[in-house]
Amino acid sequence: MEHQPPPFFKTGPTPLARLLICSVLSLLVLIADARFNLLPVLRQVVSVVLYPLQRIAAAPAGLAQRAGEFFVTHASLRGENARLVHERNERAAALQQLQALQAENAQLRELLAARQRVAVKSQLAEVAYSARDPFSRRIVVDRGSQHGVQSGQPVIDHTGVVGQVTRVYPWVAEVTLITDKDHLVPVLNLRNGLRAVLAGTGNDGTLELRFVPLNADFQNGDRLVTSGIDDVYPRGLPVAEVMNVERNAAFLFARITCKPLGGVNRNAHVLIVSTERQLPAPPPEEQKPVQPKRSRKGG
Amino acid sequence: MIYARPTPSQEILLPVKPAFMVATLLAALLMNLLPLSGWWLAARPDFVALILLFWCIEQPRRIGFVAAWLLGLLMDVADASLLGQHALAYSILAYAGIVLHRRVQRFSVTPQVLHVIPLLLLNDAIVLVMRLLAGGDFPGYPYFAGSIVGGVLWPVLAIVLKLPQRPKPDPDHA
Repeated sequence: MEHQPPPFFKTGPTPLARLLICSVLSLLVLIADARFNLLPVLRQVVSVVLYPLQRIAAAPAGLAQRAGEFFVTHASLRGENARLVHERNERAAALQQLQALQAENAQLRELLAARQRVAVKSQLAEVAYSARDPFSRRIVVDRGSQHGVQSGQPVIDHTGVVGQVTRVYPWVAEVTLITDKDHLVPVLNLRNGLRAVLAGTGNDGTLELRFVPLNADFQNGDRLVTSGIDDVYPRGLPVAEVMNVERNAAFLFARITCKPLGGVNRNAHVLIVSTERQLPAPPPEEQKPVQPKRSRKGG
Repeated sequence: MIYARPTPSQEILLPVKPAFMVATLLAALLMNLLPLSGWWLAARPDFVALILLFWCIEQPRRIGFVAAWLLGLLMDVADASLLGQHALAYSILAYAGIVLHRRVQRFSVTPQVLHVIPLLLLNDAIVLVMRLLAGGDFPGYPYFAGSIVGGVLWPVLAIVLKLPQRPKPDPDHA
């Protein structure tokens, strides 16, 4: 049992005083981070301290996965191989056409004096873990500033857009998923070219189109691709499919729910895309150039 | 007063080694960093909060606010959450543990759970309030499941973490 020391022994401030100091410090840090985004350096330092621990914690899962991959049956490998060959053959024709189309497109754009589309480079990253913050939808990938990842880069998988890099640490990066409540993607309806803003809802597997007028032509099954007007996502990446359109005359806007096409919360690998796109210089004497719909949040 | 009888917590234990405390806190941090998902993640207690609370109740003179605050900062970066939310929650948890340690120590292990679960829920509630103030959405009641699981794990922890402090049986009295 502990006993209260007589008052002539120095024990420093009382617990309550210490609590107050800690609370004030925490609140200052909270406000600096949430409102003013002032502490990226502190985050970087803590993340470097944390990195070895994260590696150790991820080791058992990786080991189990590798063991599981090792004990794979002959039949399943054969099956997978056959499937992949089939897929490749199916896509070969489309790929050949694509090359011809690309050449044609380049020529046409040259004729029209339109800017060339950017060549998109990408690097493969492994999903280290999904961040355990129940209030946001984020994943952490094993590529960081040491590998050239920059904040703001879009992240995709083989079927569609997954999210966007929002924080970069030396060896890992945080990706905010498109299902995050604060995440917006400017999209285009592939059927008729209508533009809209796709927002996350905070639930896995649900997205919603915001501020779409009641009479806008959106139907179930419409595919939405990135419109590319935000300078974050390159144009034409598949994002979502319209699931349900609810038009209620009592509200100003239609309620359109969509489901993401990319494997937003079930991927082991993702592609981090880097786009080097030069925007035209802003017009010289306008009061303010139109702000692109940035979907980035945080640093 | 059935529960206020002398309990195993009042038997004479060896002083705890600081290295052991650090090791357990590191282990808790590792458990928190495990790449879980789905139901496992939902049911995973906050091990750092649990172990921190344990040491604040058992050894309030050895551990304190600095450790709580720094661990909170580490968890904030690891969880990709707002910087400072866990730091605040852990500081308040440490305070509660230190203030209540005499009371909680007098109970045997099972009724201690009834003290631990509310404290862990308080820890969750502080984080929740911070996030709601910062503009988040309520993530649903499963958010609190981890704390209940943590409370259930408490008796096991209390036994395991006290094992190294038990005096070795004296061969002369054997």
